[in-house]
Amino acid sequence: MEHIRTPKVENVCLVDRISSKKAALGTLYLTATHVIFVENAADTRKETWILHSQISTIEKQATTATGSPLLIRCKNFQLLQLIIPQERDCHDVYISLIRLARPVKYEELYCFSFNPKLDKEEREQGWMLIDLGEEYKRMGLPNNYWQLSDVNRDYRVCDSYPTELYVPKSATAHIIVGSSKFRSRRRFPALSYYYKDNHASICRSSQPLSGFSARCLEDEQMLQAIRKANPGSDFIYVVDTRPKLNAMANRAAGKGYENEDNYSNIKFQFIGIENIHVMRSSLQKMLEVCELKSPSMSDFLWGLENSGWLRHIKAIMDAGIFIAKAVSEEGASVLVHCSDGWDRTAQACSVAGLLLDPHYRTLRGFMVLIEKDWISFGHKFNHRYGNLDGDPKEISPVIDQFIECVWQLMEQFPCAFEFNERFLIHIQHHIYSCQFGNFLCNSQKERQELKIQERTYSLWAHLWKNRADYMNPLFRADHSQTPGTLCLPSTPFNFMYKFWNGMYNRFEKGLQPRQSVTDYLMAVKEETQQLEEELEALEERLEKMQKIQLNHTKVKSKQSEPSKHSGFSTSDNSTANTPQDYSGNMKSFPSRSPSQGDEDSALILTQDNLKSSDPDLSANSDQESGVEDLSCRSPSGGECAPSEDSGKDRDSDEAVFLTA
Amino acid sequence: MEFAELIKTPRVDNVVLHRPFYPAVEGTLCLTGHHLILSSRQDNTEELWLLHSNIDAIDKRFVGPLGTIIIKCKDFRIIQLDIPGMEECLNIASSIEALSTLDSITLMYPFFYRPMFEVIEDGWHSFLPEQEFELYSSATSEWRLSYVNKEFAVCPSYPPIVIVPKYIDDEALRKVAMFRHGGRFPVLSYYHKKNGMVIMRSGQPLTGTNGRRCKEDEKLINATLRPGKRGYIIDTRSLNVAQQARAKGGGFEQEAHYPQWRRIHKSIERYHILQESLIKLVEACNDQTHNMDRWLGRLEASNWLTHIKEILTTACLAAQCIDREGASILIHGTEGTDSTLQVTSLAQIILEPRSRTIRGFEALIEREWLQAGHPFQQRCAQSAYCNSKQKWESPVFLLFLDCVWQILRQFPCSFEFNENFLIMLFEHAYASQFGTFLGNNESERCKLKLQQKTMSLWSWVNRPSELRKFTNPLFEANNLVIWPSVAPQSLQLWEGIFLRWNRSSKYLDEAYEEMVNIIEYNKELQAKVNVLRRQLAELETEDGTQESP
Repeated sequence: MEHIRTPKVENVCLVDRISSKKAALGTLYLTATHVIFVENAADTRKETWILHSQISTIEKQATTATGSPLLIRCKNFQLLQLIIPQERDCHDVYISLIRLARPVKYEELYCFSFNPKLDKEEREQGWMLIDLGEEYKRMGLPNNYWQLSDVNRDYRVCDSYPTELYVPKSATAHIIVGSSKFRSRRRFPALSYYYKDNHASICRSSQPLSGFSARCLEDEQMLQAIRKANPGSDFIYVVDTRPKLNAMANRAAGKGYENEDNYSNIKFQFIGIENIHVMRSSLQKMLEVCELKSPSMSDFLWGLENSGWLRHIKAIMDAGIFIAKAVSEEGASVLVHCSDGWDRTAQACSVAGLLLDPHYRTLRGFMVLIEKDWISFGHKFNHRYGNLDGDPKEISPVIDQFIECVWQLMEQFPCAFEFNERFLIHIQHHIYSCQFGNFLCNSQKERQELKIQERTYSLWAHLWKNRADYMNPLFRADHSQTPGTLCLPSTPFNFMYKFWNGMYNRFEKGLQPRQSVTDYLMAVKEETQQLEEELEALEERLEKMQKIQLNHTKVKSKQSEPSKHSGFSTSDNSTANTPQDYSGNMKSFPSRSPSQGDEDSALILTQDNLKSSDPDLSANSDQESGVEDLSCRSPSGGECAPSEDSGKDRDSDEAVFLTA
Repeated sequence: MEFAELIKTPRVDNVVLHRPFYPAVEGTLCLTGHHLILSSRQDNTEELWLLHSNIDAIDKRFVGPLGTIIIKCKDFRIIQLDIPGMEECLNIASSIEALSTLDSITLMYPFFYRPMFEVIEDGWHSFLPEQEFELYSSATSEWRLSYVNKEFAVCPSYPPIVIVPKYIDDEALRKVAMFRHGGRFPVLSYYHKKNGMVIMRSGQPLTGTNGRRCKEDEKLINATLRPGKRGYIIDTRSLNVAQQARAKGGGFEQEAHYPQWRRIHKSIERYHILQESLIKLVEACNDQTHNMDRWLGRLEASNWLTHIKEILTTACLAAQCIDREGASILIHGTEGTDSTLQVTSLAQIILEPRSRTIRGFEALIEREWLQAGHPFQQRCAQSAYCNSKQKWESPVFLLFLDCVWQILRQFPCSFEFNENFLIMLFEHAYASQFGTFLGNNESERCKLKLQQKTMSLWSWVNRPSELRKFTNPLFEANNLVIWPSVAPQSLQLWEGIFLRWNRSSKYLDEAYEEMVNIIEYNKELQAKVNVLRRQLAELETEDGTQESP
């Protein structure tokens, strides 16, 4: 609290990013965990809550006659523009937020104060929901070829690895330790995924310290052990996910990549995924495109192309596809690495896992996948997502890219995933929110030292509890897209990869489809379930009645009450019913600066209260989706046809269009 | 002329057909007057029936005695035929070339097509102007039907019956027609029942360089405004282009002479600019070698989505004037047969729930495209693979359908029809067994006696068995005005049209099926529950009468 210079500023203006007409006046509050903006408008009192940990940058712009503008960019792609009447207040808010957005100790993070009112037992159960031990058992391990190794007990060999790791049975502790000494940060080859069907496996490691000519017998033996653990194939692939040039440059620093001559029966393959710095700047460029005010089609497409973002997504997908095909089609094991083996390697392994194993495409399986390939294997969440104040050069949207790969796959295989887009968006949100302990720190070891499980709650339990919101209505366990490997075309088309509007413009509700097919179908399915229950109950009652009737044997026919037809009313709401600015910068049609037309369209996340378990259920509590009233419909409802102009803010748009 | 003269080799055996995502098929190739047919002798393999009129361009090449013909269709499909024998191949190629570019409309397939289905409702009479007018006449008496163009004498591209302001007589209309491009005097396009505002359309006024005026024109346009009301004239050309038009005798309305009206210029491209855009887009979609960046670059360079954005924006602006400003509008470009119709019809999609139903959309196409004189014959003569640079070939109608798709994507539950319906219309506009899209206007269609000699597309589409394929399972009547987003982030490439033949749609089709299943199952249960409820209610009443005598 000592960092808050001013807890409350009145008469602050929240500017709508798209429509300058739509500014809202209100009060700004700074709390220990959130920035809160409460609108003055008596009827709505709309609240906008921003977690400090979501704040990416704060920009103070030149003071104008109306006040001092403050621009807050968030890691979940929300953009907040405030105008604070007094320069002094603005400065105080700015200085406070600078400090609040960059905590220096873990204890300052929200998860240590967040209390969802669960008792100790519930919290512990929450942490047990995802169990990697169970996951390896599911894969069919241990078996004749693979065993659980305790070589990393107490993190003795590698401090960024978990303590429990699967390694080939023939890899002795001596080999493992020897190999670890030949690998960056001692991240020796360990099992990421075992493909039961043909014994092929995906292993992961960091780069070898080969320099120009160094060799390591134990490392060579380690790779051999991996190959021997797969009797079906006489070679293994070694996939270096870096561009060849980067890998070669590393040799000068005594690192590098495997020399095919030194390792028996390996096939070496580069897949050019760029490094974290390229990715950071690529995202930056893409977000700049998203921030453009009324861009032309060319501005947008050109900017998107120029950012290179989709090219990078494709590179990651290509890596995953290569690995998945090697495993499923060639039956060959694959060792994947990049430099340290915690960014690109995690991306490639998890995409491959997703393609190979339908389990990872289920809600629970997806949590397992992240837990396994990202959390347990020491992806540096703290550094990459800037949870604590640190080196800005360490920040990079590595897992964001993985999450986008999943979305791109969902677009291609709409029935193959048990979860929906909202699930991905909420996971992305919580990677940055620090509301749950799962993604804290840089490694398992750090988390253990911090006693995360005793002091914070698990996101997985929270998501699982609310799983009804995250279901893909098109998923069916017995559907043809469900089992087996997802087969992408051998030459993946470039147009397969699309801009993810739902993620990067998620707070610009005006840019989103106005009706959600997913929500609609989910409501239908829910109703179907109720109907099934009712049907059963009715049949039972009818049977009873008929038995009684038989006794009476009296027949009378009477007019029955007309049955009500229940239809789904997808009532369009204010967004749908409000025009945007279509006049552009027409000279002969003055009047409006580029505007969206709808008050709520830059919908900033509204939250009911601090204790609400999910601060970002923008989609759930969404009044904008066009089908918002579906969830509360009873099966016999259906008479609430939307009336013309039911939109609540209709009048607000009158006369906006023409002032002249 | 006999087709036989054009068919030198009617039949070749051992021809191999290659299509993307399908195994090659070997079979016998047959040419008829209107079709290219390939059938394998296996029972379960699909036959290929291709209308010659669907063929946009062909390439041929030879490797030894084996000839290959690559056929590029107007629906963007590309197929390859391997034909043994150089002579056969050459004969086939030249026949296809001749048969796919027949000059005479009366030789086209619709004049030979005999339907195999029973006609339930004759589509030629499904959407009569009188009936359409009845929808308005209950709400307003300010408009009337005029038969001034009965003999197509006043305006050759207008239908015989048009809707005009009640107090403007036919004599005045004749005078106004002289002042408007192509005789296209202002007529009613849409009446907004909610507030009585209207959309009118016309050709450009022939003001010329010396600022010619027409009293009747001014009177007509002003007569459409209620006292104290204002209107907007939306010119679909930029001010610059409109000014240049004066040199050729065209021009635009001077605000001084139409004091209650304000003019807005938007810039919607026409003619070969659109055609080139389509050619570039389809080229980019067919090229699978480029990397991710070049794909976006080429998508951008085609400008297709820029055109989409421009058209949609103008339509939204028009709708906004009507619904939000309570102002009537007049829309025209030069002729008033292209961009004008895109705008008037899309504005109706936005404003009028009826036009989002299947029948309403058909009526819209009938009214705003066919009757309104969009020259389909010219515009759709060639498609994305054509080499001829004819000014009149232009994918104006396809752009309209694409815009509808964009709105449909943003409001997936507000349309009674689905994407397949739009794709079907695209196909039939370019090549069809039906007469609906033949000719450039009603006058030509009359002369061709299409109603007597050909079948209407609507006769086929509106049969329940066909309608099922085109019905959107998610549809829930939505009485609201729907405002789409025209931001670049919200507009997408219409994959169903442009990537249709370049990617497998298997998984997307499965998803669609699943969606249908979910909804059908729900409806089924609903019906069952209703039956049981009724039965139960009956029993209960009987019980009641029994127990309480």
